[in-house]
Amino acid sequence: MQYMLVFVETAEDLAKRESAEAPAYWASWGAYVQAVNQAGIVVSGAGLMPPAMATTVKVRDGKRHVQDGPYSDAKEQLGGFYVIDVPDLDTALDWAAKCPCASYASVEVRPVLQMGE
Amino acid sequence: MTADAAARAADQAARQSYGRLIAYLSARSRNIPAAEDALAEAFRAALEAWPTSGIPQSPEAWLLTAARRVMGKSARHQKLAAAKTPQLALEIEEAMAMIEAEPDGFGDERLRLMFVCAHPAIDAAAQTPLMLQTVLGLDAARIAAAFLEQPATMGQRLVRAKARIRDTGMRFAVPEAEELPERLDAVLQAIYAAFTAGWEDGGPLSGEAIWLGRVLLKLMPEEPEAMGLLSLMLHCEARKPARRAGDGFVPLDRQEVGLWDEAMMSEADNLLRDAGERQRFGRFQCEAAIQSVHAARRFTGETDRAALSTLYAALVRLSPSVGARVGQAAVAEPAAGLSFLAAIPEPAVRTYQPFHAVRADLLRRMGREAEASAAYARAIELSADPAVRQFLWSRMAGQA
Repeated sequence: MQYMLVFVETAEDLAKRESAEAPAYWASWGAYVQAVNQAGIVVSGAGLMPPAMATTVKVRDGKRHVQDGPYSDAKEQLGGFYVIDVPDLDTALDWAAKCPCASYASVEVRPVLQMGE
Repeated sequence: MTADAAARAADQAARQSYGRLIAYLSARSRNIPAAEDALAEAFRAALEAWPTSGIPQSPEAWLLTAARRVMGKSARHQKLAAAKTPQLALEIEEAMAMIEAEPDGFGDERLRLMFVCAHPAIDAAAQTPLMLQTVLGLDAARIAAAFLEQPATMGQRLVRAKARIRDTGMRFAVPEAEELPERLDAVLQAIYAAFTAGWEDGGPLSGEAIWLGRVLLKLMPEEPEAMGLLSLMLHCEARKPARRAGDGFVPLDRQEVGLWDEAMMSEADNLLRDAGERQRFGRFQCEAAIQSVHAARRFTGETDRAALSTLYAALVRLSPSVGARVGQAAVAEPAAGLSFLAAIPEPAVRTYQPFHAVRADLLRRMGREAEASAAYARAIELSADPAVRQFLWSRMAGQA
């Protein structure tokens, strides 16, 4: 089954990427990315630039509204994701728990909708 | 063979095997709603086929095979076709051989399903009810009553939990040793709730619960709370022959100790002692200890009420349930008992029979006859068992 691991981080967490903590931040993610890749379970995945770089688009009555910033003002924002293919939810939860941001923020695990079933 | 006899056979098979069949079918598909639908369809087919074909030698194997066929075909929305075909007969033979070859292997799926129902990714409030419905075959209305909830609320919670198990791909396995403890509590609670339900209606659930308690202890032989639960159930079960005299109900303190099952009680006491050696006290050991104090009357001829008060106080600290608090009141002096009862929020006990029965006895002992009569009347109204109602009537009239 395929699951998306949604890495949910706060603005402060994301700011670590540019701070004195940056080497430790990237080292922990680097180790995790390497482990996930070596397990041969990755369908796709990416880390994202911070929400300040987001642009949100809506089309209403045929008119396009473009807005500076993310779709939600929530404190926690999408920092990145993996789609992994593993036998069951429990395995997906194990991978989620190993992720660096599980220790300081959180990871949402969601089954990927399988089209045509 | 009449349709009536077939219906009775199907009904009996349903009572005896429902949980085993659901557990077996859903362990393979991870799909509890589909297993429930398939089994319902198999029962429907049995009611059609059995009046002409006769009741099969193993109704359980017949139902299992029929339900598996429904599950195999359900994607194409096919109803179960004519049940008596050579192919089906062959499948039933295979199923019977399988059931006879490994009775434990077949039965064990229930415990596996119970641990899946206790998965931390399922709403904690749904876990125990879910086990009671799927593994032990209790209906949603009865579960709602046991948890003092609205049936509609409980029904929705159960539907949602089953959809989550199916759609999120939870692992169908008894978890690794390090994950067992966090799931254990819900499993213990469900087994005990099933035991209690069987205890109240005299049905087969008590025996099923004791069997599950034994299987659980085999899985976790060092777990003191699993020992405590089995000890508790055995103590209660041992008193079964003494609970009735003719059609009448006999309360615990008037039971004839010679009618108690001595072998079962000493097994229960041994389990409790083994549990105590593990030095980790818990709710079920505490409840078993309370029953052990009652059981000691068979040696001493009296009930150690001070020990009961101490143990109930400990139980209320460990697990402050309404049942524990009412039990604490029942063993206290009347004035203290009434104040224990008064401290319980009224909505929690409005329809809880033991609260009103205990309150009636305490009021009577205080000489507050009018209030006692009103409380007896309420307890009688809430008693499903005619023998209990009759007993309460006689207490109310001052004859018991």
